[in-house]
Amino acid sequence: MNARKIVDTVKPTFSKGGKLGWLHSTFDAFETFMFVPNTVTTKGSHVRDCVDIKRVMILMVLALVPAFLFGIWNIGYQHDLAFGLGWGFWNKVWYGLVRIIPLYLVTYIVGLGIEFASAQIKGHEVNEGYLVTGFILPLIVPVDVPLWMLAVATAFAVIFGKEVFGGTGMNIWNPALIARAFLFFSYPSKMSGDIIWVGGVSRGAECWQAGNGVVDAFSGATPLACESLSDLSGHGYTFLNMFLGNIPGSVGETSAVAIILGALLLIFTGVASWKIMVSSIAGGLLVGWLGTLCGATDIPCWYQLVMGGFLFGSCFMATDPVTAAQTECGKYIYGFLVGALAVTVRLFNPGYAEGMMLAILLMNTFAPLIDHCVIDATIRREAKRTRIA
Amino acid sequence: MSNIIQLKKGLNIPLSGEAALKVKKVVSPDIVAVCPTDFRGLVPKLLVREGDAVLAGTPVLADKKSPDVVFASPVSGTVVEVVRGEKRKLLAVKIKSDGRKVSEKFSPVEDIEKMDAAQIKDILLKGGVWPFIVQRPYGIIANPEIAPKAVFVSAFSTAPLAADADFAFAGEIAYIQAAVSALGRLSEGGVHMSFNADTYAKSPLRNIQGVKTHLFKGAHPAGNVGVQIHHICPIRKGQVAWTVSLAGLAAIGKLLVKGVYDVSRNVAICGPMALTPCYINAPAGLCIDEIQEHYGNMAESIRFISGDALSGRNVGMHGYLGFYDNQITLLREGDDYEMFGWMKPFRFNQYSTSHTYFHWLLEKVCPMRYDLDTNLHGGERAFVVSDVYGKVFPMNLFPVYLAKACLAQDIDKMEKYGIYEVIEEDIALCEYVDPSKINIQAIISDGIDLMLKEMA
Repeated sequence: MNARKIVDTVKPTFSKGGKLGWLHSTFDAFETFMFVPNTVTTKGSHVRDCVDIKRVMILMVLALVPAFLFGIWNIGYQHDLAFGLGWGFWNKVWYGLVRIIPLYLVTYIVGLGIEFASAQIKGHEVNEGYLVTGFILPLIVPVDVPLWMLAVATAFAVIFGKEVFGGTGMNIWNPALIARAFLFFSYPSKMSGDIIWVGGVSRGAECWQAGNGVVDAFSGATPLACESLSDLSGHGYTFLNMFLGNIPGSVGETSAVAIILGALLLIFTGVASWKIMVSSIAGGLLVGWLGTLCGATDIPCWYQLVMGGFLFGSCFMATDPVTAAQTECGKYIYGFLVGALAVTVRLFNPGYAEGMMLAILLMNTFAPLIDHCVIDATIRREAKRTRIA
Repeated sequence: MSNIIQLKKGLNIPLSGEAALKVKKVVSPDIVAVCPTDFRGLVPKLLVREGDAVLAGTPVLADKKSPDVVFASPVSGTVVEVVRGEKRKLLAVKIKSDGRKVSEKFSPVEDIEKMDAAQIKDILLKGGVWPFIVQRPYGIIANPEIAPKAVFVSAFSTAPLAADADFAFAGEIAYIQAAVSALGRLSEGGVHMSFNADTYAKSPLRNIQGVKTHLFKGAHPAGNVGVQIHHICPIRKGQVAWTVSLAGLAAIGKLLVKGVYDVSRNVAICGPMALTPCYINAPAGLCIDEIQEHYGNMAESIRFISGDALSGRNVGMHGYLGFYDNQITLLREGDDYEMFGWMKPFRFNQYSTSHTYFHWLLEKVCPMRYDLDTNLHGGERAFVVSDVYGKVFPMNLFPVYLAKACLAQDIDKMEKYGIYEVIEEDIALCEYVDPSKINIQAIISDGIDLMLKEMA
C-alpha cells in the first residue's frame, strides 16, 4: 500500500527521539485518522468489536449535517429577506457559506490547536471529542457573532470546560454549551436581542454586499421573544414555518425537520439515547401545557418544541453521553428535567428568553446525582432479593 | 425443575472455526507442564526436583498458604525442568512423559453416601483434584476450611466456540454423577446444575441425579456460572459458593470411582486459524506444540489461546493447556494497518454489534461467521459511550461503576457495586463491545487482587 509506505517513511522523524518528536501526538492523530493502527490486544479479550470512538464521533457529526446544510441556506435566506435582495437559491447558499466558513475555521483552529497541544503535553493520543464540539459550536451561535469572541469562548470551553478535567470523557458539562454560556454572559449584547439573529443586520455598514447596509424598521425578533400567540403571528411565525425552520435564529437550531432527520440517524445507529430525547420532549410538553393552564402564556405547548433551540438541545446536546445521566432509568429522569426546566425558564423567567442552554448545563451538573440515586435504589432492591434456590 | 431463567442481554460473537463434533485423536503428550500461573493468587511450594520420577497424581506443587492443597502431575514420567521467571517466580514444572500413563493408586470409594464430609475432603485433597473446586467470590481455589452455601455447576458453555458440553462429556456421566454426589455432601445448599434451556431435552447430562436443576435461556454469558449464581442466589458479603467445571467433576469422579488421577478431557481445537476444527483428547498441561497438525506452519502469525477468545490466556506457541480449560482457540494476530477502516460504511471482514455498522442488519438476513483477528481496532480512550456495557451484561450490576471503583481502589464501593459476584469472564463481553477499548477485565482483576490482599 503506497500511502502506508509514505507514512512509514516519515514516521521515524515524528516519533519520540526523532527530529520532530515534539509533534508525535499530532502525527499520531493524523496517522490514526488514515489508518486503523496495528495494535493488537495484550490484555483481556483477544478479539474486539471493530467500533471505536472515531466511528461514534463521525456519526454524531453526520447527524448534524442536515441542520448544518439547512443553516447555510437559512443564513442566506434570512439575509435576503431582511435586505430584500431577491436572491436565488445558490446565491443564498453562497452567502451562507461565506458567513459560516469563518466560524468553522475559528472553532476548529482554536479548539483543535488546544486539543493537540494538550495531548502533546500530556503525551497521550488526541481525543476525537472535539470534532463534534467544534461542529456543534457554530450551529448554536448567532451568525453575526464576532470571530474574536468565538475564539475566546472556544478556548475557554476547551481549556476550562474539558481539558482541566482530563479531556473527553472526563468533563462535567457539555463543552459546546460552556462556550455558548461564556458568550451569553460575557457579551450579552451580541448574544441576545432582536437584531443579531439575521446575518449582516447587526453589522450595518460593513455588510457583505455594498449598498444593502441600511435597513429600516427591521425586526428580527425570534419566536422566543414573542409573549403570546398573537404576538407570534404578528411577526409572521406559524407552527409550520417554525417547524420547517426558515426563521431567524442560531445557525443550526431553526429547522425541526433537519434536526429530526439527524436525530433519527442517531437513534437508528444507537449513538445517542432516544430515552433522553423522548423524555425531554415529554418534559417540555408537560410544562408548556401547565403554562397554558395557569395562564402564563397562550402559546400551545407543542409550539415550545419548535421554538428556539429546544429540539436541537434535546437531540444533540442533552444526549452527549459523557455529560448526560449514564444509567438507563436515570436517562428518563435527566431528559425529562432538561425539557421541563427549559420551558419553565422560558415561561416564568422574563430575564432569559431561552432556557435550553441553562437547563442542560444545570442537568449536566445534577446527572451524577441522578445516577447515584438510581444506582442506590437498584442496589437496595437487589439486596432485598431473597430468591433462595 | 425450576422455571426457565431468560436472559435478554448478552451476545454470541459469530467467530468462525467451530470444532466439528468428532474426537480426532487421543494425544499422549511428550511434555506436559504444571503451571502455578493457572491459579489466581497461588503462592506455590515446589515438592519435586529435576530428575524426580513421578506418576500421574504425584504431588508436584503445594499451596504455601494451605499446604493440604496439592497440584499433581498429569502424566507419569520424569521432571525435566523447573521453569522460573523474574525474581525466581515459579512459572512451570515440565514433566517428560514415559508414555505409560501410570497413576498413583488411590483407593476407590465404595459408597459415597456412607462417607462424611471430612473423609471426602481428605480424598479430594490427597488425590490432587481439590484445585478444581473454585470459590466465589474472587475465583480462587476453594479454602477447604470454609463450607460453601452451595455448589454451582454450569452444564453448558456459551463462550465463543466453546466445547459442546453435551458432546465432550457424554462419556463421563458416571464420573460426573459420583463427583456431584460427593460434593453435595460438602455443602448444605447442595449442588445446583444449570442447563441450556434449548438443548436440555437432548442433553445426556440431564440424567445426573441429586442436583437442583436450573434452565437458562439466552446468549453468552448465560453459560457462565457467575451469571447463573447471580440469578439463582446471589453471593453477598461473607458468603462463599463453590463452582466446579464439568472437566473438574469428571476428574473428581474418576478419582472416586477408579482411584486414579486422570485429568484428560476432550479439548476443542477451534478458531479461524484452526485447519480442521475438531476435538482431541488430551490432559491438562498439554504443550501446544503437540497440536501442530491443526495449525500447520503459520505459527508466527497465530495467537494461541488456552480457553476462549474472550477470557482465555495467550500462552504462545510453546505454551500449555490450562488446568481448567477444554478449548484451544487459534486466532490470527491482527498486526496490520487498515486504511480508513473506521470511515468505511461497511466492514464485511470485521464484526461489530454497534449499529453504526450494519452487521446487525446482515445478521437478520443471512447470519455469517467472521474470521476475527486480535487487532484492537482503535485506541484506548476514556469512558465515553454509556450504554454499551449494559446491553451485553445480564447481571443487575453497574459494570462502569464497578470498574471505576476498582480503578479508585475504593473497597467500600467495590463491595457495593458487586465485586463479590463477578470475575473477569463474566465481564469480558463488556470489554469486547467497548468502543473506548478499555481493558476492563484487567481492571476487575486488579480489583479482585486488591480485595484478596485487603481482606486476607
